[in-house]
Amino acid sequence: MRPDLFHALQAKRASRRRSIDQWFRRLGLFLTLTTLGILGILLLNLAMNGLARIDWNFLSSFPSRRAGEAGVLSAWVGTLLLMMVTAGAAIPFGLAAGIYLEEYAPKNRWTDFVEINIANLAGVPSILYGLMALGLFVYQFQFGQSVLAGGLALACLVLPIVIVATREALRTIPSSIREAAFALGATRWQAVWHHLLPYSTGGIATGVILAMSRAIGESAPLITIGALTFIAFLPPAPWVDHVPFVSFDWLFSPFTALPIQMFNWVSRPGEEFQANAAAAGLILMVITLSMNAAAILLRRRAQRNITW
Amino acid sequence: MSVAPEIAGRDESEASASDTKALPKVQIHGLNFFYGTNQVLRSVTMDVPALKVTALIGPSGCGKTTLLRCMNRMHDLYLGNRYEGSIVVQPDGTDILDASVDPIQVRMRFGMVFQKPNPFPKSIYENVAYGLRLQGMNRRKELDEKVEKALREAALWEEVKSRLHQMAHNLSGGQQQRLCIARAIATDPDVVLFDEPTSALDPIATSKIEELIVELKKRVTVMIVTHNLQQAGRISDMTAFMYLGELIEFGDTNRMFTNPAKPQTEDYISGRFG
Amino acid sequence: MGSSRSASSRRLDQGLESVMVWVLRAGGWASVLVTFGIVITLVKESWPFFQAVPFVRLFTDTMWTPLFSEPQYGIGALLAGTLVTTGVALLVAIPLGTILAIYLSEFAEPQFRDWVKPMLELLSAVPTVVYGYFALLTLTPLLQKIYPDLPQFSMLSAGMIMGIMIVPYVTSLGEDAMRSVPMLLREGAYALGDGKLGVALRVVFPGAFSGLAAAYVLAISRAVGETMIVAIAAGLQPRMTVNPLESAATVTAFIVQVSLGDLPHGSIGYQSIFAAGAVLFLMTLGFNLAGHALRRRFHRAT
Repeated sequence: MRPDLFHALQAKRASRRRSIDQWFRRLGLFLTLTTLGILGILLLNLAMNGLARIDWNFLSSFPSRRAGEAGVLSAWVGTLLLMMVTAGAAIPFGLAAGIYLEEYAPKNRWTDFVEINIANLAGVPSILYGLMALGLFVYQFQFGQSVLAGGLALACLVLPIVIVATREALRTIPSSIREAAFALGATRWQAVWHHLLPYSTGGIATGVILAMSRAIGESAPLITIGALTFIAFLPPAPWVDHVPFVSFDWLFSPFTALPIQMFNWVSRPGEEFQANAAAAGLILMVITLSMNAAAILLRRRAQRNITW
Repeated sequence: MSVAPEIAGRDESEASASDTKALPKVQIHGLNFFYGTNQVLRSVTMDVPALKVTALIGPSGCGKTTLLRCMNRMHDLYLGNRYEGSIVVQPDGTDILDASVDPIQVRMRFGMVFQKPNPFPKSIYENVAYGLRLQGMNRRKELDEKVEKALREAALWEEVKSRLHQMAHNLSGGQQQRLCIARAIATDPDVVLFDEPTSALDPIATSKIEELIVELKKRVTVMIVTHNLQQAGRISDMTAFMYLGELIEFGDTNRMFTNPAKPQTEDYISGRFG
Repeated sequence: MGSSRSASSRRLDQGLESVMVWVLRAGGWASVLVTFGIVITLVKESWPFFQAVPFVRLFTDTMWTPLFSEPQYGIGALLAGTLVTTGVALLVAIPLGTILAIYLSEFAEPQFRDWVKPMLELLSAVPTVVYGYFALLTLTPLLQKIYPDLPQFSMLSAGMIMGIMIVPYVTSLGEDAMRSVPMLLREGAYALGDGKLGVALRVVFPGAFSGLAAAYVLAISRAVGETMIVAIAAGLQPRMTVNPLESAATVTAFIVQVSLGDLPHGSIGYQSIFAAGAVLFLMTLGFNLAGHALRRRFHRAT
């Protein structure tokens, strides 16, 4: 029989483990806050260097050799047009692929291959999408160094994000909903259109926002297709004053975009251009971070509203 | 009165002989336990005798597992849990619920075996050595001896001695559970707590574990939660029947199964509920 | 009459159904077409390059100057840059990401974790050109105060920022992997008297190892393929060096550098970036497939 339940040695070991735990808890908290702090420093840094540059002139001027007069007009218009092409291509194809894989695809080798392919595609470096666009869209299809080529490159880049988000949103819907629709005589497409898609809008919208936010910040693929040029004009407007009142000439126009413009300014010597870069970076950060925040909130709400 | 058949056949005199007062190992007094605001144990008081097998039985949700997990302060791992009362361990009289007592120390003296075998993702040897290392044993020779001794006591040594350094996951379910028993007894704990240790095992593996538990009480005090009344009857010396967080009846197993004092106990044992 | 109407609407539904099956299947094919597009373009456009360059010179040459009049084709000079920047990034991201994963999975309170994890993920949503700006104009001057000889472009600065960028990949995937280790396993270790950090390192970490390894491998793939940070802050000159205090171009930075100039279709410069791209594709493909195989294995095991 042991005279004392708690040996001094054991007590020492126990209290050492306890203090190691305490120490690690503090380290973990410190590193977590420090890492988050970097995000804050990043924003603060951009704001300190660039906020003063942001005014109406900055937003409504073309780039210029004189830093003080330069602005981001062609850049933000370019980004906007690019996003129209990207969204127009990535959303329908991504939704279709997601619905097909989750609701229709038979379990076979081909489906396995498509799934592995999508997982891999999500990890392909963005610059390779640029090389593909350069070889395929710019030269093979003769789109030139245009909004269309750039937008399609970005669409291919974010396609896996949309597909994965669509599948995950559909997967959270219990199969009893599908069975209920089928029991009433719905075809598979009717079940998708009447039930599954409406019930998964929140999740799909989250994915689409994240995809667009990723596309807005991308520069490497656009540089590769040769978008880093001096663009002091706007692409032709998508509307015209004669029949049929819409024009697609803008698709084939050369362009620049916000991250490209920022890159251009970063690589120039001189503090004034760096201030321009910081201003462009601040605009980019505000856009992408608020899109991400919106996606987080939307996801939270979608999760809260699930009643099954 | 209907009772489980193998219990009914037992010799009455044997039952009264084992009813003699054994030395208490753990004295639970006025134990209340709360999950948040939800009270799960209501003033449980019982003396767990040394070197005996004490079974905790009762319908699911009665608090038997909760009581067992109070014994090694497992509830401290989760937020919002609260104990009241005392659990005094003899012979030194330490109250393990006392705020000054470190749960880590308590757990070094109370071994535990869980519902499902939970070997660590390590070798067979390292599983058994884990607790020994925690207690500061680092010399290879000493570890080797202790590991072998524990594996022998868990009746596993012959099956695994040639592959001590293979992953524990390659063992069968019953072997894994015996490994977990070896892991729990390697550090010479005062008490070993079993939480429905055979609920995930087949009948053959179960009977091996039961034999082991009976063998174990020669040197350690055993508490076991079981939902299987036959099992309680086969292996335990004392039985505690719990219902809705209260200890309804506690006494000699044979006496409880043949002649329960409380009507709820009789209803439960005869299979009228639970 | 009524039944024939419903029969015809039924036929319409069936018709729509079979059309939609094809439309949706086409969407599935689109993703495969993108992969084929990448592979075929890389092979086709880099083919002349690999035809013209003796294979052995890729490894025997010590410099990468395909555009010079006396070209050298030592791809090692580019790989060195990629290797060093990736190495620096991993030295930051793996320890930091793993500690954060352990902290969030084993120590932090659930509400805190639910709040912090999406915040951390914002770090990987920051446009990489912004990170490049930060590395070049903020971190490098800061590092120069500690080490005055550090050049304006350095792999150290770019690699460190790249490390911060990939921390969320390690933390997020790693934390998921650690949290999916069953509680029962942790309790087994706690019941023997182990502390939280002990349980995390001795039981949870090995239990989640293939999941964590997947997180590391996918993080490596990110670092190898990252472009803008290194193009801005690590320099654009290919250099056969393993010293992170120097500047050197990575595979990706080389592609950017050539793209910045005039790039006629079919020129040697044009072909060389596709060659570099093909090498990059093979590297990241290897890491991605390994990462997904590890993830699959982990999900089967738990």
